[in-house]
Amino acid sequence: MAPSADIAIEPIAPIEPPAPLAPLHALPPPFTDSNLEVLTQGAEALVYKTTFLTPATPCVVKYRPPKPYRHPTLDKRLTKTRLLAEARVLVRCRKEGVGVPGVLAGDWDNGWLVLEWIEGMTVRKVLDEWADKVKRGDKKEGDDEMLGVMRKVGRAVGRLHDIGVCHGDLTTSNLMLRQPSSSTEHASPLFQHRGHQTVSAMREAAMDGADGSEPSPPQPQSELDGDIILIDFGLVSQTIQDEDRAVDLYVLERAFSATHPAAEPLFQKILTSYGESFKGAKTVLRRLEDVRLRGRKRSMLG
Amino acid sequence: MASVRTFHLPHYPAYPVQVALFKDVANAAFLRSQLLEANPDFDYAFLDATMILTPNHLLSATFLALHASQTSRTKTRTAHSELVFRLHPNNNIGESYRKFGISDTTTHLIAVKFSLTPNITNESVSKHLGEFVKGESVAIGEEGEELGIWCDVGKVRKVYKLGEEKKTKKGAVVNGNVEMDARKEIESVVLGMITLKGS
Repeated sequence: MAPSADIAIEPIAPIEPPAPLAPLHALPPPFTDSNLEVLTQGAEALVYKTTFLTPATPCVVKYRPPKPYRHPTLDKRLTKTRLLAEARVLVRCRKEGVGVPGVLAGDWDNGWLVLEWIEGMTVRKVLDEWADKVKRGDKKEGDDEMLGVMRKVGRAVGRLHDIGVCHGDLTTSNLMLRQPSSSTEHASPLFQHRGHQTVSAMREAAMDGADGSEPSPPQPQSELDGDIILIDFGLVSQTIQDEDRAVDLYVLERAFSATHPAAEPLFQKILTSYGESFKGAKTVLRRLEDVRLRGRKRSMLG
Repeated sequence: MASVRTFHLPHYPAYPVQVALFKDVANAAFLRSQLLEANPDFDYAFLDATMILTPNHLLSATFLALHASQTSRTKTRTAHSELVFRLHPNNNIGESYRKFGISDTTTHLIAVKFSLTPNITNESVSKHLGEFVKGESVAIGEEGEELGIWCDVGKVRKVYKLGEEKKTKKGAVVNGNVEMDARKEIESVVLGMITLKGS
């Protein structure tokens, strides 16, 4: 049934995508551009730093902008469920005492979440700096401090898995080493100056000791002393299956070997401390062997 | 005249919040009856100070109430009742008033007033409250630490179903520090629960 040639047929025009209600990359009210600082941007969310409740309290705003290519109703629903899943898990972790940033406020319909600000640096950065030092010969490889950090990472991930939560995107960038609160005033935000600062801090400590006051530990040790805080729960799932837990560890292992080839022996330390952290951990480690052989996507079979 | 502290919440600079703190309040029953009669002059959020953990606890609920009223998604009639409602983890307005609102036996009182219209200022609130609240006004500092001093942590734990305090702290820490750390921990969980409520 070919149409006759004299009837002109309009080609079917693709449907115009609906205009987004708010311009992209602008936070919904009450947030304004003033007092906002973009931290990072992912595929789903924009992350800003701003203040909350009091002008002196820094916080993180995670905003999931509406996607113009999705149907508005579907878009709203997806944004809402994802934000809520993240917030619920964060609150639950907080309740159970796992190191995560607290939820301060949120609005599901507008797609934003306000989270506690964690002062410190990512484990990735810690490892980078450590690798630099090793290269320059300042530190040796099997460094005790670094092993201490790895032990804490293993324990933190173990705690998370113990309460039945799998992170889903465990990388070294999603692990933070919180600055120990006592050294906050000493530490400078510019890490390049750390070297000078530690020297002066050590001198200070030495002077303290000479004065006969209580011996304060030398600053370089406390630098890696803080707690491990897990961040970015955007892909989190609540599950107690060994498979998911093992995949979490596998992703972390891959992240390690991809970004820090020299640090791979350190990963063993994570696994040992993970293995001791909760009851089912040993079986997870056995499952990890399987995952290593086949990759993380078991469900892709068949 | 009562001493009133004005808080400016970041992101809502146009709507300052007036907060006053009283102790030894004698006429709680009268204030409550005014609330029940919905007297427009007494459109305040009267809160039991023993239920407020930290300044952040109050300010967070205040922010959420203000946000809800500004985006017209309130569950209650006014911004002030929304604040009382926001504090409670459940979706029951009456229950929130019983737990966090003023009762006939309340002696420690926090009064919160949103400056939604320009004629409500620090002075006007101070004058009105000074006239009608029979109690000793307590000055609130810059940071608002005074808001948490009468907190009954046990009661707060119970309302938010946090269970008994775990003995996790090792020795060798200054006593006051442990107390403050524990409060910070509870605060963080409580803020999350307030935020998540009704979702």
